[in-house]
Amino acid sequence: MTQAELRLCSLLLQEHFGEIVEKVGNSLLRTGPRPLRLLVGDTGLLPDQVKKALCVLIQHNLVRYEVQPRGSVEYEARSERILRILRYPRYIYTAKTLYGDPGELLVEELLLHGHLSMSCAVARVADRLTETMEDGKTMDYSEVSSTFVRLADTHFIQRCPMVPESSRSAKAPPPPAPALAIAEKDMYVVPRLSLVGKGKRRHSCDEEEKEEHKAKRQKQEGGTSETPPDDGIYWQVNLERFHQHFRDQALVSAVASRMDQTSSEVVRTMLRMSEVTTASGASHTQPLSSNEIFRSLPAGYNIGKQVLDQYLALLADDPLEFVGKSGDSGGGTYTVSILWGELGVTRGPGAAWAPPSPFQHPSLIPLLLHRFGSRCARIFRLLLRKKHLEQKQVEDFAMIPAKEAKDMLYRMLSENLVSLQEIPKTPDHAPSRTFYLYTVNVMAAARMLLHRCYKSVANLMERRQHEMRENKRLLEKSQRVEAILASMQATGAEAAQLHEVEEMITGPERQQLETLKRNVNKIDASENQVDETIFVLESFIESTMKRP
Amino acid sequence: MAGRGRGRGRGQMTFNVEAVGIGKGDALPPPTLQPSPLFPALERRAAPLPGGEEGEYMLALKQELRRAMRGLPYFVKPGAPRRDIERYSDKYQLSSPVDSAIDWNPDWRRLPRELKIRVRRLRKGRTVPLVPKQHVALDKEETIKKLESLEKKEEEVTSEEEEEKEEEEEGKEEEEEEYDEEEHEEETDYVLSYFDNGESFGPDSDDNGDEAVY
Repeated sequence: MTQAELRLCSLLLQEHFGEIVEKVGNSLLRTGPRPLRLLVGDTGLLPDQVKKALCVLIQHNLVRYEVQPRGSVEYEARSERILRILRYPRYIYTAKTLYGDPGELLVEELLLHGHLSMSCAVARVADRLTETMEDGKTMDYSEVSSTFVRLADTHFIQRCPMVPESSRSAKAPPPPAPALAIAEKDMYVVPRLSLVGKGKRRHSCDEEEKEEHKAKRQKQEGGTSETPPDDGIYWQVNLERFHQHFRDQALVSAVASRMDQTSSEVVRTMLRMSEVTTASGASHTQPLSSNEIFRSLPAGYNIGKQVLDQYLALLADDPLEFVGKSGDSGGGTYTVSILWGELGVTRGPGAAWAPPSPFQHPSLIPLLLHRFGSRCARIFRLLLRKKHLEQKQVEDFAMIPAKEAKDMLYRMLSENLVSLQEIPKTPDHAPSRTFYLYTVNVMAAARMLLHRCYKSVANLMERRQHEMRENKRLLEKSQRVEAILASMQATGAEAAQLHEVEEMITGPERQQLETLKRNVNKIDASENQVDETIFVLESFIESTMKRP
Repeated sequence: MAGRGRGRGRGQMTFNVEAVGIGKGDALPPPTLQPSPLFPALERRAAPLPGGEEGEYMLALKQELRRAMRGLPYFVKPGAPRRDIERYSDKYQLSSPVDSAIDWNPDWRRLPRELKIRVRRLRKGRTVPLVPKQHVALDKEETIKKLESLEKKEEEVTSEEEEEKEEEEEGKEEEEEEYDEEEHEEETDYVLSYFDNGESFGPDSDDNGDEAVY
């Protein structure tokens, strides 16, 4: 764990869960897995507070626990999961584009609460949707349930590991912590529930409440338990599946920018067909025959079968190898390469493994090199293509005058984006008889950039918090004024009185508030932007590490 | 000899500097004698942020999420500092009691046993299944509940503690009690067992009923 990651995790925990949880998380991240009493001693907090914090962290899957052979339970923080908190808006937005408002709210509730049971989630979402609807209309549970089932079928949400159902004898002491486990096949199975009901508004009238009380009292006296039918089955968001979706989106847009819209649609169709059949971490999708692809094309695209075949042939022949041809049955079977190949490298024909696909993320690296200039970006891309080049060759190929090329190369060298490789001609490595070649070590460069991204997000967050702290007094005042205005409007005040209350905030203060709002918005938007870059870099590093 | 060439020429290095591209007579930048500035001057401005509907919606989502998470019970607020004197106005201030209870109801079966702490039961919807023969106790508790439905949460916690004590007497599953009962029954500094409220003193006591009172 680098310092930058630690700092970012700290800030995220503090912003979303408070100081106490931050302290506990910090201690776990810095010193590794430890049992409860060591944590209490480390953080200096009260034992109950530490327990509360651990409950919150485990609820949100940010910390996992393990029973040690000695009988104590050790807790371990999951740093990569904590960093995902940054990406929550993107997940929710994706759910909205795919499944509309119920989907968006379902994913949001699951992310806010860590894990929920199906009945609970559906009830909450229905209530929320009812709030936004007009008076008199309510959202039925069935619509929300059906969205839930669709989310589970496409693997966007999954079941949490379950408590083992063991009938323990009274004599044997129960283990200090349950060993949760779930089989792969059960992960997306939705329990057969008949959820009947409608969403409730929060401010229901009093008669309804009295009736509810009566009903509850009767239930209690009758002795029925109130456990819901799907007790013990909890659902959580499947982040991996969302990442897969983002990757597919990037692939499709890369194809679209390289070729045309129709070919990107073809690739999108192929990816959609193999959404749930591709194991995570695979380098290729399952082979799909061109007949199947033809059948699954979206209705709007009525291109002929021959045209489709031509497109597939074009895609397969493309040097970037997005699509590979893997057989001839059924009119030709094709696969899509889904590795995060390089950030623009072409593989030579002598590659030992199955064709990995390099794909150009829409100018990721040149964007990052924007701070060095477009010419540096040109040199960098040249080095990515040609691997090793001498100083002179760089100048020639990039068509940049020698002085400037030198300057840029040294700047990039000092930032560790490029490195020097020595190739000695003689065993004594004499400087005059050695080749010095510039090269790009892609993994090292990617890691360094990722580290920088973490640092920038942490800096952005700190700056935003600083801005809010500086203007705290003004913010509180404006909130109070708004509250007064709202209550006055509710009780029906005249325009003159409202105007008077508004005047409590002076002109310059209003300007200050405007500036603050603009700055905070800008910083938030930048954080989202950097998170996209983080996603690309992390996926690339992860997939390159997994390659055998 | 080692060191003899020092200072002559620009500064010799172990490798042939021409290969790297520093030709003869080229001026190198002067050596830096201080750490790089904290905010180096930007040579070129950053690219503008991508706007558009998607960006704005995600921005709104992000701010909404932040605000919502602060209101959830998962946001653990640090305990309020204990004031030196207990003031009368404390009863009417609406600060939420920060004791060592947990505001939401996790599924304790999924968590290690050592983490279990007292759950502060919320006002509405008491979901405790009651055995029928506890009718009397139930009514009494319900009355207490109604009486205290308008009062502050502190007193509610006290009544819950009394009810919890009753539950223990009934032999239900014990929750871990880590607090001292005496200390928390009333939030005073005095240990109640020492408190003698003087009822046994004065004309009401049985012993001195015959004697005349002056």
